[in-house]
Amino acid sequence: MGALEELTRPATDDDHVGGVPARLVAAPASTAEAAALVAAAHDLTVVVRGGGTKLHWGPPPRSLDLIIDTGRLAGMVEHAAGDLITVLRAGTPLDDLSLGDQQLALDAAPGATVGGVVATGASGPRRLHYGTARDLLIGITVVRPDGTVTRSGGKVVKNVAGYDLGKLYTGSYGSLGLITECVFRLHPRPAAQVYVQSRAQPVTAILEARVAPTAIEVDSASDELAVLIEGTPAGVRERAGLLSKVLGGDISDEPPPWWGQAPWAADGIGMKLSVPLSQVPELLGSGAAVRGSAGTGVLYAGASDISDVERLRALCVRAGGHAVVLTAPSSTRDIVDMWGPVPGLALMRRIKDQFDPGHRFAPGRFVGGL
Amino acid sequence: MADIDALARLLRAELGSGQVITDRAELRTYECDGLAHYKVVPALVVLPHTAEQVAAVVRACVAAGVPFVARGSGTGLSGGALPHADGVLIVTAQMRRIVEIAPADERAVVEPGVINLQVTKAATPHGYYYAPDPSSQQICSIGGNVAENSGGAHCLKYGFTTNHVTGLQIVAPDGELLRLGGRALDPPGYDLIGAFVGSEGTLGIATEVTVKLTRLPETVRTLLAAFPSIDQAGAATSAIIGAGVVPAAIEMMDALAIEAAEAAVACGYPAGAAAVLIVELDGPSAEVEAQFEQVTALCEKNGAFEIRIAADDLERALFWKGRKSAFAAVGRISPDYIVQDGVIPRTALPEVLRRISEVANEHGVRVANVFHAGDGNLHPLVLFDDGIEGEAERAETVSGAIIDLCIEYGGSITGEHGVGMDKAKYMPRMFGDDDLDTMQLVRCAFDPLMLSNPGKIFPTPRLCGERPGRGAESPFPGVEIF
Repeated sequence: MGALEELTRPATDDDHVGGVPARLVAAPASTAEAAALVAAAHDLTVVVRGGGTKLHWGPPPRSLDLIIDTGRLAGMVEHAAGDLITVLRAGTPLDDLSLGDQQLALDAAPGATVGGVVATGASGPRRLHYGTARDLLIGITVVRPDGTVTRSGGKVVKNVAGYDLGKLYTGSYGSLGLITECVFRLHPRPAAQVYVQSRAQPVTAILEARVAPTAIEVDSASDELAVLIEGTPAGVRERAGLLSKVLGGDISDEPPPWWGQAPWAADGIGMKLSVPLSQVPELLGSGAAVRGSAGTGVLYAGASDISDVERLRALCVRAGGHAVVLTAPSSTRDIVDMWGPVPGLALMRRIKDQFDPGHRFAPGRFVGGL
Repeated sequence: MADIDALARLLRAELGSGQVITDRAELRTYECDGLAHYKVVPALVVLPHTAEQVAAVVRACVAAGVPFVARGSGTGLSGGALPHADGVLIVTAQMRRIVEIAPADERAVVEPGVINLQVTKAATPHGYYYAPDPSSQQICSIGGNVAENSGGAHCLKYGFTTNHVTGLQIVAPDGELLRLGGRALDPPGYDLIGAFVGSEGTLGIATEVTVKLTRLPETVRTLLAAFPSIDQAGAATSAIIGAGVVPAAIEMMDALAIEAAEAAVACGYPAGAAAVLIVELDGPSAEVEAQFEQVTALCEKNGAFEIRIAADDLERALFWKGRKSAFAAVGRISPDYIVQDGVIPRTALPEVLRRISEVANEHGVRVANVFHAGDGNLHPLVLFDDGIEGEAERAETVSGAIIDLCIEYGGSITGEHGVGMDKAKYMPRMFGDDDLDTMQLVRCAFDPLMLSNPGKIFPTPRLCGERPGRGAESPFPGVEIF
């Protein structure tokens, strides 16, 4: 335990995950330090913490000895503007990035870190056009649960050498290891952007107008639809003008207040729903407070209680999709299946067994109790 | 060693005799894929018609301890579908049904043997197309695209196969039929689709694929710009990207590649060009027209001596004809050639091209350059005459040196052709032992018996625990290299 004592501090009251208190906290400042820490922590259960904006997502850990905080693993390693890529340490807050006339096109909560967004696979409105972390991540460095430092991908966008492990780590909730560094492809920052807002309606007319929207968001509570149009100033003016006619809507420089916000209260039940595109109207008519990307079929909902969760989940599954409870008060959390049915679970279990045979990283937080 | 005759009898009973090939002469027709200098005659070839039949074949292979290799159209350029001498080659070419075009979901569901271009043809009447467009799109199969994570000229803007697959039915290496994902996005759990796409047949066989369909753009504008030097064409590319334009494609060809294309398809590119660029923009007219003017001006500013703008689809097709036929066209100016595939950071393009030409001169070898300039994906064509003593070796040396340059500049040993059989030896130059070991943890989870396309991607198979000693076997006995 000598090495561990040097590398960690005792936990305080704030150091818990989903109500489970940690015993120790460590904040390594480099991949090498992180590797030494993880190797020294070989018989401890571990949860990785970034900005903490989504730490309450998912089931709480079965056991928690050590929180690894990525707060000191922060900063930009490289921004190769001509090659449209950047290398970021995992603890870097996304709102701190200064990339000039370029952008890392990921939507994230204020304070969310690079590693947290990748680990949870969180996404927002602009995924319609730019994709999600899975699409923008081109290289990754991870400390495996046994302390081995490993890389996959690289620093070029086009690359099919070896397995694309970045995809596997994305959305794995820290259950396969500690992400320390990520390489992303960047996009130019658009010169202009506006929002076209109207009453909620099917997206077919928007798609047929071929105006290449960056985001199409809908909100059932306000019965509103908002479309983000980005591009050159003249092009945006013309496209937004056309779209506002098609939708019978208004053009605004600002998004509606609900844009990109979760449709549930801080102590409520929050769900992520995903359905085939044609089934989005069905979800909007479900009576629940549903909000999200009508152009991709990935939406969010506040559920009132467990039977509401089951009802929405049944709706999604019948439609060929799925529904995950992201967050819930502890009374609900204890009795609800947060992840729902997961096809391919046996294979996922074998992957977990290979990467983390002791099931020490984020134990119980991922699908099927992994 | 397993009794192949017994396996053949079993599979004939299971599939029907017409779908199992044992005749030596017929087997020979499957001895290689698009990388024809590696040849291995498979012990057995099967032509399943359904996913259940693929699963039955894999289960029979597992029971007999026989390796299996999947093959689509056989157009791969890294030997990924090179058969195993003691194994079964599972050819998915008979599984070519388009199950559904679902424009309301923006998806197509297809069997693995469906040809890439057929998906676009089926979707076009609905106002959609399938975006990934490898140059071989008229003959390559979606199953092969999934295995290789195929790209294409337009992946600069639209991404690769992996960005367009939302659902898979696979036969896992233990013979289990599994459905992963579907038409909806973000299925819960590990991204098994993300791991599977591009795994080159080593994690199982795709038996049904659900892909995204992309809206046909309102406008497509294409120009061909001729430059007096490669450096100027490279500078124009940098200027376009630097201006914040995201073209659908930026392709470059050098003088030797142009010469070959002219000889083969008479594409009529401007005479005397040291390099040509094809730049294509697509999207809403309101954006494309303004940006197209900008691109034209940037080409002029960077020294283009002639710029042609495609007036219609026919002219656009002609611009692309030269580019898309370039690999085969090189056969007109050289009896033999190696198609290389490597990636560099785009900004290093002029420097790397200079160094390629230095290496080529040093060894007295000609290299024609064709590339996806927008994303730094090089396709040098290393020319040689196998009839002349020592030329093949010199070409191989130059080809290897090009890959070393890609690694030196922080790029990749393959951008879209895959590692396969051909580049497994280069993997340790790009990745450390721990990195390769970690990738093989995934292999062990999917295929602990190492029966699914063994010997590809990884130069040294990992032991998966439960079968100690197995990995010590030579991964590829009996490969003849021509």
